[in-house]
Amino acid sequence: MAETKQEEKEEQKEGETVRIYIMGREYKVPAGLTIMKAMEYAGYRFIRGCGCRGGFCGACATVYRKKGDYKLRMDLACQKVVEDGMYLVQLPFTPAEKAIYNLSELQPTTNVLLEYYPEIAKCVSCNTCTKACPQDLEVMDFVQAAIRGDIEQVAKLSFDCIMCGLCAMRCPAEIVPYNVALLARRLYGRNMLPRAKHVEERIKEIEEGKFDKEIERFVKMSLEELKEEYRKREIEE
Amino acid sequence: MMRIPYYPGCAVQTTARNYAVSGIAVAKKLGIELVELPKWNCCGVFPSLATDDLMRHLAPIRNLIHVQEMNENGIVENEYRVVTFCSMCYHTLKEANMFLKADEERLEKINTFLEREKEYAGGIKEGYKGGVEVLDFLEVLRDIVGYEKIRENVKKPLKGLKVAPYYGCLVLRPREIGIDDPESPTVMEKILEALGAEVVNNPNKSQCCGSYHTVDRKEIVAKLTYDNLIYPIRNGAEVITTCCPLCTFNLDFRQKEARKIHKDLKEIPIMYYTQLMAIAFGLEREYYGVDLGLHYVDPKPLLKAKNLY
Repeated sequence: MAETKQEEKEEQKEGETVRIYIMGREYKVPAGLTIMKAMEYAGYRFIRGCGCRGGFCGACATVYRKKGDYKLRMDLACQKVVEDGMYLVQLPFTPAEKAIYNLSELQPTTNVLLEYYPEIAKCVSCNTCTKACPQDLEVMDFVQAAIRGDIEQVAKLSFDCIMCGLCAMRCPAEIVPYNVALLARRLYGRNMLPRAKHVEERIKEIEEGKFDKEIERFVKMSLEELKEEYRKREIEE
Repeated sequence: MMRIPYYPGCAVQTTARNYAVSGIAVAKKLGIELVELPKWNCCGVFPSLATDDLMRHLAPIRNLIHVQEMNENGIVENEYRVVTFCSMCYHTLKEANMFLKADEERLEKINTFLEREKEYAGGIKEGYKGGVEVLDFLEVLRDIVGYEKIRENVKKPLKGLKVAPYYGCLVLRPREIGIDDPESPTVMEKILEALGAEVVNNPNKSQCCGSYHTVDRKEIVAKLTYDNLIYPIRNGAEVITTCCPLCTFNLDFRQKEARKIHKDLKEIPIMYYTQLMAIAFGLEREYYGVDLGLHYVDPKPLLKAKNLY
């Protein structure tokens, strides 16, 4: 697999074009463009389904197939470089159920994830979610950890999730793995990780008004004075 | 020390942790190291009996593939048996194993589905070859360890402790899956005898516990709990010993609802046979699994009265 990709790339030298199909229509675009840029090159303008363009925000989830391969592939349109014979389309949005909860009232109990997302029990371990993940996360494994209430494991396995929605679109059990994992990470961060002492101390200082005077000084400054203050700031190594 | 792959399942990691804590320690005492599968998913919870519903078998088969991988990765040496404590897991894994081994076409279909999974994060490398054998821990004790060796390891005989076994259905039925006679099983009785306990006859030992009705039809389970407890209690039982986390939950926690209907029902503690073994073997108290807050009826007063705690 990896080898073929490499070969394909080498063949696509600078100045060459690749043939892609956007919603069935054929276009020739310069090689080396990302899917997103290639579609823009072809004349499309993105209002939704695009965001940071840096692979972090998860807005540009995309699906494609390549000529002669049965596999439906998933990636981020701002990251994946177009290849010859790609069939493309953009997904503007993933409709997904998100539970409403008040985090401060929740405890990281064995059943809390099942309580808010009971459909996780329908997982048949088909692993389709993992195959869909552009972040190469082991999605099925964190859904499985969620079923057995292992919140720490869910939080750790899902840490790099960018909530692009592809796993939820593909799940035959209609689970929304990324929202389940988000709840797990929130519970983990709030209740299970040790508290950072320096943060608590600083919060106490703020509450006691240690910085009130200084803030007041900043509020009264003109824009020019603020800029000057910013230039003179101490920069931590 | 014999090393055998061990599939925990969700129950013994959470609500039935006392089962695993005691069971793993007991196994170790008997020279068996239960090596947890490096990766596992839900057993599948119940086996699908529809011949065309192959997707339901993915979960159990995945777990069996992990046993295969443990051999290929050298975690265990030529050991294709996998042990479970939970009756539900045992039942589901074994049923799926039999179902797929019985028909090459089914197995092939599953393996074809899994074929290119290795291209993805953590995907399995090879399909199921059919060589795994699923064992309930009771079978390990009876067939690999033997009652004699259990007897030899008893330091604190459970003298005068009146115990009635309760099996439930999952390790007994259907016959092809059952580890013992489906109507009149004796394996727990023999273990209890080896531990020096006084075995009390339980005519309801293979009856239904009410299963998952415990979630939405508690009154059904309360009625069954009463029936399943009242006969062994009348026969003199002081504690019921079990081998299934779901049965245990129903027999223990549904006593509350059962007592609302039947005022005559006395509280009786429910303990896994592995807990009784840990006590009789004289292991450290932490391996008794009675201090984890998992019992509805606290067994400690009884154990103290019998000088066992």
